[in-house]
Amino acid sequence: MNTLFSYLFSAIPLGITLLYGCVGEILTEKVGHLNLGIPGIMCVGGAGGALAIKLLRDSGLPPFLIVVIAILVSFLCGALMGAIYSLLTVTLKANQNVTGLAMTTFGVGVMKFIMAKISTITAAPGYLYALDYFRFPFAHTTNALKYFGVMLYLGILIAIAATFVLNKTRVGLHLRAIGENPAAADAVGINVTAYKYLATCIGSGIAAMGGLFYIMDYGGSPESYKTIESLGWLAVALVIFAIWKPLVSILGSVLFGLLYLAGSYVPGLFGINISLAQSELLKLLPYVVTILVLIITSVSKKRENQPPAALGLPYFREER
Amino acid sequence: MKTNEKRVHEPLFHVVKRAQIPLWQSMSIRVGAILIAFLFSTLLASLLLGRSPIQFLTTFFGGAVGTPRKVWNLAKDAAKLLCISLAVTPAFRMKFWNIGAEGQTLIGALAAVAVVFYLGGKVSNGVLLLLMFIAAVIVGAIWGGIPAIFKAKWQTNETLFTLMMNYVAIGLVEYFLKIWVTSGSGSLGEMKFGHLPTIGHKYFLLVACVLVIAILLYIYLNYTKQGYEISVVGESENTARYVGINVGKVIIRTMIISGALCGIAGFLIVGALDHSITAETVGGLGFTAIMASWLAKFNPLTMIGSSLFIIFLQNGASEISDMFRIDSSFPNMVVGIVLFFLIGCEFFINYKLKFRESAKKGEKA
Repeated sequence: MNTLFSYLFSAIPLGITLLYGCVGEILTEKVGHLNLGIPGIMCVGGAGGALAIKLLRDSGLPPFLIVVIAILVSFLCGALMGAIYSLLTVTLKANQNVTGLAMTTFGVGVMKFIMAKISTITAAPGYLYALDYFRFPFAHTTNALKYFGVMLYLGILIAIAATFVLNKTRVGLHLRAIGENPAAADAVGINVTAYKYLATCIGSGIAAMGGLFYIMDYGGSPESYKTIESLGWLAVALVIFAIWKPLVSILGSVLFGLLYLAGSYVPGLFGINISLAQSELLKLLPYVVTILVLIITSVSKKRENQPPAALGLPYFREER
Repeated sequence: MKTNEKRVHEPLFHVVKRAQIPLWQSMSIRVGAILIAFLFSTLLASLLLGRSPIQFLTTFFGGAVGTPRKVWNLAKDAAKLLCISLAVTPAFRMKFWNIGAEGQTLIGALAAVAVVFYLGGKVSNGVLLLLMFIAAVIVGAIWGGIPAIFKAKWQTNETLFTLMMNYVAIGLVEYFLKIWVTSGSGSLGEMKFGHLPTIGHKYFLLVACVLVIAILLYIYLNYTKQGYEISVVGESENTARYVGINVGKVIIRTMIISGALCGIAGFLIVGALDHSITAETVGGLGFTAIMASWLAKFNPLTMIGSSLFIIFLQNGASEISDMFRIDSSFPNMVVGIVLFFLIGCEFFINYKLKFRESAKKGEKA
């Protein structure tokens, strides 16, 4: 039973990292922009938040406030990256794939640069200090709750809020309309450019918080930043798995977390003996499952499960 | 609706698509963007490092092309990048967003390494090299072909599919490494067999091979029927269908070519350079290649220049990170910044701003 619990307790927070990235990407994709910069944005968000904590650590502010500021800084860093992305793809009508990949190259570079600087000075104690903050209300409890920090709940809340906004509000309706057919949305008087900027910046900000969560809460070690990038791509994959629905992505993220860690826990759990090599194959599960979902949704052609119709296409009003 | 109809708001400028732009004009816009980007990175670096911009620039150029050895390194790295950029180009020309070059190249390299691992020393070097080549090409083609089949049949999103295939390829490399390497080190080490011969300089053959591929691909894309079909499918699938092109067939065929070229890149990396494999063998070049290909407007010959340029930036910046002891991620930042400016400047090449008449001539009416 113990293995099962530790499996769950490491899979759920890992999934929440993906959840942040995924919800952010869903918002961006809903307005028709495939943002391949999400891994880079998560990196920048993590580094920005970590830098804020480093600077505020000795300032004597209450821990609660430090966490709030770090989260805000991380959100703003992501939103800034989102603004660069929108400037290039919306206003300057650049190719989305190329811009996104350049964002990732840049973001990973920036993060490693910042993290290498601050982790040599602070080293491990600084991070563990931060970890306590992030498990804020339950840091000193001894039961299962101590594994779950404040950002875990925040992530789930954001996913629920995103579902509400997308499906139940006028803003959400406009966003979805733009993603399906920007020309039609423009014709009925929706400010396409403004909505695209808004959704991309907020989406990038949310994704960026995933990076902070991963470094400060899930990883909790100065080395953990090195694996954010590959998780960022997995978050992009999760969008497909969740068929562009933030609520589904909550479940999907936990499932991905379970699949991602299957190699290290499943053998012990069922008492199966697998070789090291075979456990490498188990790590492929999230990607293979994503490919299967991608194929199944495209073969079944169910209308509500399709990507936004204008995904990846630039919109230029004077080009019909 | 407004009472005063004369005060209809006219924006300061509006955006118009350019029909054509002279080459000198488009090139000067690009060069201008590069210069601004350089200025920007130089200032940023001098702020971060507290060194003078001059010191920064001399180190940068010295690191990229300072000595003959560095020039050869530049040529080697650029050839690697160019080969993969060429591979993704046919697919991009038909607007098939293949971002799986990383995986296609890696799986090609894995196939070549597998051939050496199981047959090395048992057959002559010539036969071994031939088998490596064939294995890499076939496996690369399969890796590229799978997403294409689904795209052609069911319109499955190719960008995400090929992206996922990258990770499957990386996982397979890790899997085989665990099987092949039983010692604790976990790395395969340099293999004795399956080395490509060296002609002149040790990188000469690699560079020459890639240049030949570039020329062949240029001819294929611009002067053959198949190349023309690719362009038509890229411009408009409906037009292609109307003139009787089998779009699905073209998509699958082109992606098989793309994947096979990636396989060749993997073969060259194994046979001419690494003689080994890790999950990092391609090291993100598959993604950089997409940007190199796009910068060259999908023209194989221009791509020689764009690959050289990107590697020039990377090598120069990595010299700076060595010299000033900053993290080795610095090149990524510089390349990212320069790309932002280059991506942004395309707007001014494709579109022009038309200022409103009144702003030009002053208020008349």
